[in-house]
Amino acid sequence: MLVKEFIHIFRDPKMKAVIFLVPVIQSMIFGYAVTTDVKHVATAVFDLDNSQASRELVARFVRSGYFDVVARVQNEGQVRVLLDRGRARAVLRFNQGFEREMLAGRTARLQVLLDGADSNSAGIVLEYSARIAAEFSRTVLIERSARLAGAFRPPGGVDLQARAWFNENLESRNFYVPGVIAILVMLITLMLTSMAVVREKEVGTMEQILVTPITPGEFIAGKTLPFALIGFVDVIVITAIAVFWFEVPIRGNLLLLFLATALYLMTTLGIGLFISTISQTQQQAMMSTFFFYMPAILLSGFIFPIANMPESIQWLTYLNPLRYFLIVIRGIFLKGIGISVLWPQLLALAVMGLLTLRAAAGRFHKTMA
Amino acid sequence: MNSPGTAVVVRDLEKRFGDFVAVNRVSFEVKRGEIFGFLGPNGAGKSTTIRMLCGILIPSGGAGTVAGLDILTRQEEIKANIGYMSQKFSLYEDLTVEENIDFYSGIYRIPAEKKQARKEWVLQMAGLKEHLHSRTGTLSGGWKQRLSLGCAILHEPPVIFLDEPTSGVDPISRRQFWDLIYELAGKGVTVFVTTHYMDEAEYCDRIALIYRGELIAMGAPADLKTEKLREDSIAPSMEDLFVSLIEAHDRDARPQEEVRR
Repeated sequence: MLVKEFIHIFRDPKMKAVIFLVPVIQSMIFGYAVTTDVKHVATAVFDLDNSQASRELVARFVRSGYFDVVARVQNEGQVRVLLDRGRARAVLRFNQGFEREMLAGRTARLQVLLDGADSNSAGIVLEYSARIAAEFSRTVLIERSARLAGAFRPPGGVDLQARAWFNENLESRNFYVPGVIAILVMLITLMLTSMAVVREKEVGTMEQILVTPITPGEFIAGKTLPFALIGFVDVIVITAIAVFWFEVPIRGNLLLLFLATALYLMTTLGIGLFISTISQTQQQAMMSTFFFYMPAILLSGFIFPIANMPESIQWLTYLNPLRYFLIVIRGIFLKGIGISVLWPQLLALAVMGLLTLRAAAGRFHKTMA
Repeated sequence: MNSPGTAVVVRDLEKRFGDFVAVNRVSFEVKRGEIFGFLGPNGAGKSTTIRMLCGILIPSGGAGTVAGLDILTRQEEIKANIGYMSQKFSLYEDLTVEENIDFYSGIYRIPAEKKQARKEWVLQMAGLKEHLHSRTGTLSGGWKQRLSLGCAILHEPPVIFLDEPTSGVDPISRRQFWDLIYELAGKGVTVFVTTHYMDEAEYCDRIALIYRGELIAMGAPADLKTEKLREDSIAPSMEDLFVSLIEAHDRDARPQEEVRR
């Protein structure tokens, strides 16, 4: 049974590509694409003051690396057009008298217009702008006080020193790439197993298998072990890409990662097999797989933090194996935490794995009857 | 119920799917080494009966044994003692001939020391020696069919069930296939075969006719013909017998329907 499943997979060159090439390509693409860092925001400058101060402030925006000036506009109409067409996502507007107000010691106004359609990015851009503006006014203040009072030392303010642990540069890639491992492996193992049994039903070989003295346990093992092995190889390949290509730090124990992977694979294989036993055709199996897969990703914390979800939906996420594995894999990669912290997640995965595999084996027995 | 000379015994076997009675209280016996033909139109209940005997369908009522094992309680042991081949070719088309044989020897738990000999035997029997490494999907229907049979009897079962084994195969291959069946029966293997080819029924030692889930006639083909077709006795064919038996059965059933009207 085992040997046969391997032959099935490796005989088909397309299958081979799906299993090994696709994870590599996808993890590459996701590694670059799946990022919520906001950089190089297309920015237009609407400077009615055109003074030394306004130019200095624009230069600071550009130097920060977050803003790229793509246009300079002269009137309101052009601002509208740029934002509508999405050619600029932020506009810095200086009214006439910006510098004069500042020199006079009054508050000068800088207006930042944002494309708020993507609320997430807009929020981040807003925060950057506020920071840059605040820094600017602080240096202006210091310069001015120095000029006025010679050796006058400005009063000590509070300096916020935030340090992000585990991911010092707040690189979202470090957060997402380990997650990509989890979702890709889930997709591949789910698909392979859910197809495995249904294909036999469709071709008609299932009936033949049923009249042989094979036990359900042997059958399930034959249908899962090869895919478990493939899942493992994929995890190793993608982990290697993450570490050596994307330079995602891996701080925890690799053995623990493999243990967690084994438990996680039990759940995905169990679910795949279960889908396989309730489906009659490969299309049905495919549909069911996606029916499970989409919510599994959305409710896993891969993209949207679980803590932000309504409570009832948070409860739902406890049924999601991906949720646990994401915590484990991110913990191992970024925090380097060990089994003493991660055991509840590992336990949850183990229990779910056993339950789903058992359910699948139970269903298989019934179809014989 | 388990006299040593019988391979299959069935009493009042019944299978219902909801309201539909697929097999209605069927009883028969098959002797060891006999070729027993199970005839009937499509949907008459042939495959359902076979599946109950092979332990992949649980009967709704009645009792029976296969190779001396109870079909209600010892299905898994039965499976080790029978060969089963269905109308659909049960081979893996993307595997080679050799891989298919190896796979089935694995699941039938053929001991390692016998594997090679059994493989040789199947290849010899199916005439597939030169095609050992061909993908099964590329073989012609006759070859696939013989390979299917070979894989189904790798473990040398005393009873084999063939469910319309020759459907969709050319006449020459059918002929060769029946030669194989005779060879097996000659060695004492019991062959239980369903078919709707009337000429094939002639090859059987004994036949049973099943129609709408009921057994309407049983006996040696020649006996049945002389018994039931006395009137038009010029070279009676199996087909004539079959049609007249079904008509007779419908005649018996009809008066009741008319009364209801």
